[in-house]
Amino acid sequence: MWSFFHKLGSPPWLYRIAGTILRWLLPVTIVALCVGVTWGLLYTAPDFRQGNSYRIIYIHVPAAAVALAGYYVMAIAGAVSLIWKMKMADVAMKSCAPIGAALTFIALVTGSIWGKPTWGTWWVWDARITSMLILLFLYLGVVALYEAYDNKEAAGKACAVLTLVGMVNIPIIYKSVDWWYSLHQPASIKMTGDTTIDPSMLYPLLLMIASFYALFTCCLLMNMRAEILEREARTGWVKKLALGYRS
Amino acid sequence: MSAVAQAPGPARFCLVLLRRQLTLAVRRPIEIGNPLLFFAMVVALFPLGLGPAPDQLAGFAPGILWIIALLSNLLTSDTVFRSDFEDGSLEQLLLAPQPLFLSVLAYIGAHWLLTGLLLALVSPVFALMLNLSAPAVGVLVASLLLGTAVLSLVGGIGAALTVGLKRGGMLISLLILPFYMPVLIFGSAAVRNAVLGIPATPYLAIIAAMLCLAIALAPLAIAAGLRISVDA
Amino acid sequence: MPQGPGDSLLAVYDLCLERGGRELFRDLAFEVSPGQLLQVDGPNGAGKTSLLRILAGLSRYGFSGRVERRTPLLYLGHHPAVKALLTPRENLAWHVAGEAAYNDGQIEEALARVGLYGYEDVPSHALSAGQHRRVNLARLYLSHCPLWLLDEPFTAIDKGGVAELETLLVEHVGRGGAVVLTSHQVLRVACRVQVLSLTEGLLA
Repeated sequence: MWSFFHKLGSPPWLYRIAGTILRWLLPVTIVALCVGVTWGLLYTAPDFRQGNSYRIIYIHVPAAAVALAGYYVMAIAGAVSLIWKMKMADVAMKSCAPIGAALTFIALVTGSIWGKPTWGTWWVWDARITSMLILLFLYLGVVALYEAYDNKEAAGKACAVLTLVGMVNIPIIYKSVDWWYSLHQPASIKMTGDTTIDPSMLYPLLLMIASFYALFTCCLLMNMRAEILEREARTGWVKKLALGYRS
Repeated sequence: MSAVAQAPGPARFCLVLLRRQLTLAVRRPIEIGNPLLFFAMVVALFPLGLGPAPDQLAGFAPGILWIIALLSNLLTSDTVFRSDFEDGSLEQLLLAPQPLFLSVLAYIGAHWLLTGLLLALVSPVFALMLNLSAPAVGVLVASLLLGTAVLSLVGGIGAALTVGLKRGGMLISLLILPFYMPVLIFGSAAVRNAVLGIPATPYLAIIAAMLCLAIALAPLAIAAGLRISVDA
Repeated sequence: MPQGPGDSLLAVYDLCLERGGRELFRDLAFEVSPGQLLQVDGPNGAGKTSLLRILAGLSRYGFSGRVERRTPLLYLGHHPAVKALLTPRENLAWHVAGEAAYNDGQIEEALARVGLYGYEDVPSHALSAGQHRRVNLARLYLSHCPLWLLDEPFTAIDKGGVAELETLLVEHVGRGGAVVLTSHQVLRVACRVQVLSLTEGLLA
């Protein structure tokens, strides 16, 4: 167990193992995404109220779910980096932020596109949309803080503190936004809230969620590999790698 | 005669720090006046932007007052540790034998006394200018007293993380504004309830709960942030 | 004089520091014992300040190795930590280092020793940069910490002040304290000065 932990802290080992994982995870992800998208968009029945426009949930819901989970992945990596001073946890945390921000952005855009035919407007200050917007701000704050530091090691630690503060705050923010929404809006334009979803629609959705998690992992690993190379650029093993030796 | 035995206890050291911070502020009174002046000026912006209709202003008043209080707190947060960082006092503070958790609380306490407390005390004047109904004024003061303390603590986290950066001013707003939102929601909701004649105590209690959480956790983050900033 | 590891005030094991991909020093190991005056030597950018900050505990990452601090220490860095809006007296009495509660007599005496007699209650913004450094140095007269870490203590100090400070260092070392300092000038003191070269380790 401990030797595994130590290996995790070693950049060349992590670089190699991430490459190995990617070699099979990436094709699986692409296949799963293709199957999920085709299944969801072509082979499910249209919704009896929303018609075909509901199909955007096959992008929107997975993106939103993984975006939120991504923040927790980032916070856990941040905690590991602060507690055990593991540099590779820093790398993981730093690599999470732009992916999470992109997913949050996708969730917001698809939500907005979905809103146009459903509510007749591009933007509604609905509790979930507002929460997603705040999540985007949280991600961008981490990215901005990281970029502001010249010393990247300090940047990693500072971002780790910020993500941990964010992790404590996210439930509070979500709850208070929910509360705020229920205070101001009678539940007239409630979203999918208590409507049930038919299994024929649910299965492709679950597949899409799973493949978005896989996609997140792929992006994270690729991002981490790039970051490891950048940080270790002056070390022997990276030079060897760049010169074309197989390690 | 060991130095450890002589070092003042944490509580006494906190009082020394508090006194030091307050003296520093009093010797440059304009720094105390600036947030209040800012508050007054932004209050004047809203009738110009929204129109002078009294009842319309009264409807927006809880939100307006809370947003301005939040902004003036945000603008002053950046300065909590900055001068101490620049003249090297901060690294001495980190080396002090007393727990940093409490020293940081003293700094934040001084900041709150100089911004939050004063803002809360002058807010009734601006509340009247915006036609806020009389019973709501008391709730406004109470919510500001509790809420600005949370804001000071959360703002301290942003200040600690950005104090080592040359261009921290804009960044700090990016970092901490999301964390200000729950306070804004419940603070303005409390005042709005008071306007409508509904009891506001539940909302005040929630803000007080947030304050407890912030007192317990924010100094940890601030202390960690300061150690990182001094080290960078 | 060989000493057991238990006697030392500070022990450093296998310290390596890398900044911006360049190795500043590696495998640095030494101990600082009571009565020792250690001058850290090296050209600009050799990592003297970084080393002192690591010893003080201000730098907590970016290096590998272990530092054991066995005693309270006093660290004076590049910045004087003097508030312009406070008087020298207030600066020392309310110092953020939280070392001890000094009474007025002790503070006046310390300020007189650094040549600031009569300046006790003048706002510090009226003082010069050298005088700010002197206010900071007054802490040395007040301190009871056995170990002093001084980063370029002679900067902006006039000749008389340097001589005073050198006497103080000798006194402190004679009392069983220890000093680690960085300086480019040769110390003229009446005790043995050990030199630590960041490239070659501890010299005789």
